[in-house]
Amino acid sequence: MSPRIKVLRKVLSPPIIKGFKPYGLQAGQQHPEVVNLLYEEYEALRLSDYDKLNHHQASIMMGVSRPTFTRIYGSALQKVAKAMVEGRQISIEGGKVYFDSDWYQCSNCHCYFNNPQKDIVVENCPLCGHDQINQFDFANESEDDHPTNCEDFCVCPGCGFEKKHRFGDPCNQQTCPECNHLMIRKKSTDPKKQKN
Amino acid sequence: MKIAIASNGNTLESTLDLSFGRCAYFIIYDSESKAMEFIPNPNRDLEEGAGPASVNIIASRNTNKIISSEFGVKIKPLLDSLKIQMIVLKEPTKTIQQIINMLNH
Repeated sequence: MSPRIKVLRKVLSPPIIKGFKPYGLQAGQQHPEVVNLLYEEYEALRLSDYDKLNHHQASIMMGVSRPTFTRIYGSALQKVAKAMVEGRQISIEGGKVYFDSDWYQCSNCHCYFNNPQKDIVVENCPLCGHDQINQFDFANESEDDHPTNCEDFCVCPGCGFEKKHRFGDPCNQQTCPECNHLMIRKKSTDPKKQKN
Repeated sequence: MKIAIASNGNTLESTLDLSFGRCAYFIIYDSESKAMEFIPNPNRDLEEGAGPASVNIIASRNTNKIISSEFGVKIKPLLDSLKIQMIVLKEPTKTIQQIINMLNH
């Protein structure tokens, strides 16, 4: 049986170099084979050790689960350590990744567009040339796309203030705008949900 | 700069097609020479993989931008790695002529 297909990992941008070479007299003599560090492993090292995110935050950035991120990170450390100890070259290439790009919306013609060249700042809409463009926020859009994602309400135990629960935002981490109490989930009226 | 438009016909009065991979015609518009090329889409009736096959056609023409009202999930990473800009226009009533006028701003 073939293994389960890997989820595409999101990489912010490709590394600026293709790899590393050891130097010194013994460099590459004992072990001439190159260690192949994948793009996703490079990204895991960058997020976790350079940007100092924890594994949970980094896994969200890469669009994989937290355990998967930890496995990618572990394999990255293993490869870097192997290259250092055995004096091998590292080449950074391959992996099941895609490169993320920013999205913008033009307020004149209402089109959406992305910016594939990160080093160039977008100033005008590519379609109508208008200069009023906004960075597009996926968080707001996904709420409009799936308004029935969650029918529950968050309720404040202090004053009874209610608001619609947003999918993915835990109620008990939000405060009531009226009395600053921590919110809780309102008991569901749906008998099916109460069982769970 | 070359811009691809996913159209549902081969005239200037045709409108934007609702999908990119299975649109009727691709229009390659050259913004410098104002030349236009209409390419019938051979992937229209493919059951699977119409998007990536269409990206191949577009990329072989050295296009920099694609205008469509919808892009499938398979082609977004492809276009990102090819550095082709995606422009999503959610107005299916716009004709090709209007879009080209907008491009000439």
